[in-house]
Amino acid sequence: MRYLRRIPIHVIIVIGAISMVLPFVWMLSTSFKSPQATFIPPNFFELRPTWIPDEVILTNYVEAWREVPFPRYFMNTLFMAACIVLGVLMTSALAAYAFAKFDFPGRETIFIFFLSMMIVPQAVYLVPSFIILSKLGWVDTYMALIVPWLAQIFSIFLLRQQFRTIPDDYYDAALIDGCSRLGFLWRVLVPLSKPTLITIGLFALLGSWNSFIWPLIMTNSDKLRPIQVGLSYFAQEQGTEYGLMMAAATFCITPVIIIYFIAQKQVIESYAKSGIKG
Amino acid sequence: MDEGKRPHLSAERVSKKPGNLRKFLYAMAYIAPAAIIIIVFRVVPIIAAFGVSFFYVMMGKIVGFSGFAQYGMLLSDSEFWLSLLNTTYFVIATVPLSLFLSLIIAVLLNQKIRALGFYRTIYFLPVVTSLVAVAIVWKWIYHPRLGLLNSFMGSLGLDHMMWLEEPQGVFSMLAASVGIAWPKWLGGPSLALVAIIITNLWRGIGYNIIIFLAGLQNIPAEYYEAAKIDGAGRVQTFWKITWPLISPTTFYVVIMTTIVSFQVFTLVYLMTGSPVGGPLGTTKVLVYYIFEKGFESGGDMGYASCVALVLFIIVLSLTLFQRKVIEKRVHYS
Repeated sequence: MRYLRRIPIHVIIVIGAISMVLPFVWMLSTSFKSPQATFIPPNFFELRPTWIPDEVILTNYVEAWREVPFPRYFMNTLFMAACIVLGVLMTSALAAYAFAKFDFPGRETIFIFFLSMMIVPQAVYLVPSFIILSKLGWVDTYMALIVPWLAQIFSIFLLRQQFRTIPDDYYDAALIDGCSRLGFLWRVLVPLSKPTLITIGLFALLGSWNSFIWPLIMTNSDKLRPIQVGLSYFAQEQGTEYGLMMAAATFCITPVIIIYFIAQKQVIESYAKSGIKG
Repeated sequence: MDEGKRPHLSAERVSKKPGNLRKFLYAMAYIAPAAIIIIVFRVVPIIAAFGVSFFYVMMGKIVGFSGFAQYGMLLSDSEFWLSLLNTTYFVIATVPLSLFLSLIIAVLLNQKIRALGFYRTIYFLPVVTSLVAVAIVWKWIYHPRLGLLNSFMGSLGLDHMMWLEEPQGVFSMLAASVGIAWPKWLGGPSLALVAIIITNLWRGIGYNIIIFLAGLQNIPAEYYEAAKIDGAGRVQTFWKITWPLISPTTFYVVIMTTIVSFQVFTLVYLMTGSPVGGPLGTTKVLVYYIFEKGFESGGDMGYASCVALVLFIIVLSLTLFQRKVIEKRVHYS
């Protein structure tokens, strides 16, 4: 009886979950179809050939991978993401440390000033950022893709919150015992703050892998394109080659999806915690 | 370490000997790497955006001082008002729908469901997927002849629709389907815009579910047990216990969804066109209008900044409003 009462709950949850997954399944199934097969109007409730093509082909993946320099886009994105993740971890740790543990005039004011910058929509600073980057001669270089993202206010904020939970007594004791200030950050704060550092690293990684507007505006040569910009141009050029488009979309999201499935607990908890605190 | 150093260091901290300037400079050494980047690529551009909005700019070059004239031009710029209207449609549809759907799913998932982790993973999946891939896949789903959605509609006995190519307002379409005459100005968002709203809901709902789940798990189980003993039904329990106790989270979700929705760009940019914002400008949104003015047509960055600052004022007032309300709530919690 109790079980029967719960059936409607399950039905809603399952229908919801199916609608979350179907677009991915549709993407995959199209990516294995020949051009002719994609031109047959689908029938939603028929497994074949709508969901499982009569003839499963892999050529879409091979062609999409070769037709435009996707390997290059992947390397660009990996390079960009690696620099940004490392950079953000370093700049945030240093700044958060000073904001959490040092005592200096203007500490709160400066911190709140930086925080307030987060409210400003990207659309406001996009145009002037472009001008600044072009004055620096950085437009269409890796510098434009990487340097502006090496510091992220939200990461400093998260890490400062975390550092503040570690008692000041530790800090005083460590300094008295002759630990240097930098040594305290490295030997005490960092090891005690691993979950937050992982959160920050994940956000930086997902952010740079999925970044689109910034690289779209700040670069124009094919050589520098990160994955998302490459994918968008590729899709625009394909016209009606839906199989190719879906194959490209599939391999562009696969790395992130793999990371997500491996670290799904950390990813979800990172979003949940930062949401409530932010 | 060197024993001799101990008393010296502790004495220094206790007496706070080092002067303020020295302390400041010392801290700056740690803050500088982040601060320089934030100042050069955030603070300066934001100030510059204010500044440049008072100048006429052509092809990226300042050609004259405008003062508030460009802000005045906004008032009579029909494209600006159209983008503002479309953005408003987008926000007004997205916020309640996202709230409703994510709260229902979160509440249901919170009922000691088996495989909660599995469902949570599934619902969150679109959030980590890039918007570019989402746009490409959904554009294919909306394809008028070959798309999955029309096939689904057809199976249910509904008419095929043009989705992203349909400029008609959805209210007009509804009214027409039941044969009522409907005023054109009340047509509502175009079906194309509604299609983008649906995609955006699909992409973002998982985030709100996670936030709600975290909020729900903070409600003490005793409350629910007490309600059960008192014989409260499921609906009553929701309205009497869950809804009031979850309200800070609800408020956060509403404000954040609103702020983010006002800034919609990528989906419109990739799913509509050409020209982007079509059909008939019914999906043109504020951020796209800024992009178009500032980068695409003639580099009119002064005017683009004016529009951007209007967007900023909207977002800022919502944030300040949130602060006010939260401050009031802190008192009760």
